[in-house]
Amino acid sequence: MTEVKSPEVPAPPATVPAELTPGHRRWHGLRPYLPLVALALALAVPYSTLTLPGIFEGPLNSPGTLQLLAVCLVFGGLAAGYDLLFGRTGLLSFGHALYFAAGVYGTDILITRAGLPLWQAALLTITGGTILAALLGAIALRTVGIAFAMVTLAFAQVGAILVARDFGGLTGGEEGLPLDVSGLPAGLVGVANTVNLYWLALAYLAVVVLVVHRVSGSPTGRVLAGLRDDERRIGVLGLDPYRFKLVAFTLAGGLAAAAGVVYCLIVGGASPHITSSELTLSLLVMVVLGGPGTRWGPVLGGILYMYLDHRLTAFGSSDAVNSLPAFLSHPLSQPLFVLGTVFILAVYFFPGGLASLKSRLTPLLTALRRPPALH
Amino acid sequence: MSTVILLTLTGLGLAALYFLVASGLSLVFGLADVLNFAHGLFLGVGAYATWWASGNLPGAGPDGLGFVLAVAFGLAAGVLVAVLVELVLIRPLYSRTIEQVLVTVGLSLAGVALLQATWGADPRPFPRPAWTREVTSVFGANVPNAGLLLIVAAAVVLAALLAFLRWTRYGLIIRAGVENREMVTALGIDVRKAFTLVFAIGGAAAALAGALGGVYFGNVSPGQGGSLLIFAFIVVVIGGMGSVVGSAYAAVAVGLLQQFVNYYGPSGLGDVCVVALLAVVLLLRPQGFAGKVATA
Repeated sequence: MTEVKSPEVPAPPATVPAELTPGHRRWHGLRPYLPLVALALALAVPYSTLTLPGIFEGPLNSPGTLQLLAVCLVFGGLAAGYDLLFGRTGLLSFGHALYFAAGVYGTDILITRAGLPLWQAALLTITGGTILAALLGAIALRTVGIAFAMVTLAFAQVGAILVARDFGGLTGGEEGLPLDVSGLPAGLVGVANTVNLYWLALAYLAVVVLVVHRVSGSPTGRVLAGLRDDERRIGVLGLDPYRFKLVAFTLAGGLAAAAGVVYCLIVGGASPHITSSELTLSLLVMVVLGGPGTRWGPVLGGILYMYLDHRLTAFGSSDAVNSLPAFLSHPLSQPLFVLGTVFILAVYFFPGGLASLKSRLTPLLTALRRPPALH
Repeated sequence: MSTVILLTLTGLGLAALYFLVASGLSLVFGLADVLNFAHGLFLGVGAYATWWASGNLPGAGPDGLGFVLAVAFGLAAGVLVAVLVELVLIRPLYSRTIEQVLVTVGLSLAGVALLQATWGADPRPFPRPAWTREVTSVFGANVPNAGLLLIVAAAVVLAALLAFLRWTRYGLIIRAGVENREMVTALGIDVRKAFTLVFAIGGAAAALAGALGGVYFGNVSPGQGGSLLIFAFIVVVIGGMGSVVGSAYAAVAVGLLQQFVNYYGPSGLGDVCVVALLAVVLLLRPQGFAGKVATA
């Protein structure tokens, strides 16, 4: 990786947090600590027996809730890694599911079929996923724009075919491959130990957020932001766009493979639906809903999307929906219909996603506050 | 020998299906720069509308003239949905490529979910004329009639599209628009009308693919469009964006390659070979067989 030095003009960091709108002074002081507060809250969840009726089934520290939260956290991290490509470098990849699936199936096959211990399997899988991303990225990045999107989509489709057709009897085909837990550390096996998987997911998310944050703040990150805004200019500056894009693609692929390792442990196996292009499309939805190119937007988008995807199924079969007329209750019982519609509306009316909510609400709030001041 | 003939003709049937989907995609992309992920939805709408019409529409049925009427209804539904999508969702976002892709992605997710909500996720048996279930002997090979029907339909569509593009005023505008849209606009021609038109044509071709694909596969399911769409994308890229003839050549190449390799090699290898072909074409000739270079 070439280090880029720009001593004369200290460019602003790639992400401009919405500090331009000074809110309440008290909040202003607290803002930098909000991630820590969120982390503390997340750490406290397994020790809480709080029940939130309507939001989660059962108390917060019940295994079911913890597993749902762990999946949400993993996808928060996955979306943040994807945002490194889409939001920060401007690469529209439709094949990110491939590297995630490589992580899931790699771990599963190495543990279940080859009988390796977990740490070796995880290490090999993440290395393999990163190398795969580097190789395929090297080909795909020869194209730009929409053609790049289609090539990555086609590569991911090959992955889906390989998994579904079950070459060599490795992947279990349509039925998927349950994880052989006999060789795993005891602390990661069984319903009672779901909490440890939750820690693992939280740790993964923290690592991804840290990595993405460091990268986007580094000189490389500034070049990536430059590529997103105007690739030709980066070329004129004497930097090789291809190399920097490949770095972003490889890093995002490696992070996705790591997500796959964690996901495989949480779910306890692999199933072919994670190889589908639909997973990449939902990653795109997560990032756009959350706010591409922001620090917390994709994370929030990923967590919220997975939560809604899970809970809308329950919501769709609830009495409140079933009592509606058929033409309303049937579509509402499909999580993807609701999420797809929300996504379209978000593209039109909230281009910045959740992360831009604050700056969008500020004028509204000041407008609401003004009339009393006139009196 | 009869195996080779059978594989060639079934491969051409598959190619016909790809061409019907890809021709619309290619025109839409070539003229309006919209990568339309919702194209699979048009196909699904066409298939389900045909299926619905043959059961419920008076005069329509699974046989003879009734079947033609049902397919016509499916085509009309496909055109209607395509035009509505263009007017309501795509038009406000012209020249913002990424947003257009995102909207069509959302539409493909929501639309397929809507089909699934209305008619269920399970495949529905498709009403098809009795003669399409039979086989015809061609040089000793027993070829299913449904495949032959697809080939004939695709050939007719190809001829009609080429005639339309070559000999009508709107065809001229579309060809000029694919070549250089700014120039067409600068000459005072409202190119947006042509956008709606290519969406309508694409919707009709996709709906026809849905209806005839239903005959070919014997059933309809909500996800059918999505799996065809990926190969249609590959056909569009290999053939060259905006070129109908290129799409036809590429569809034939992809269909035959897939069919032959899947038969002689392990099942699924043909699909992998198609993607390898895509990679090779992109590296050697990024603009495809014919057409312009795909850029954002």
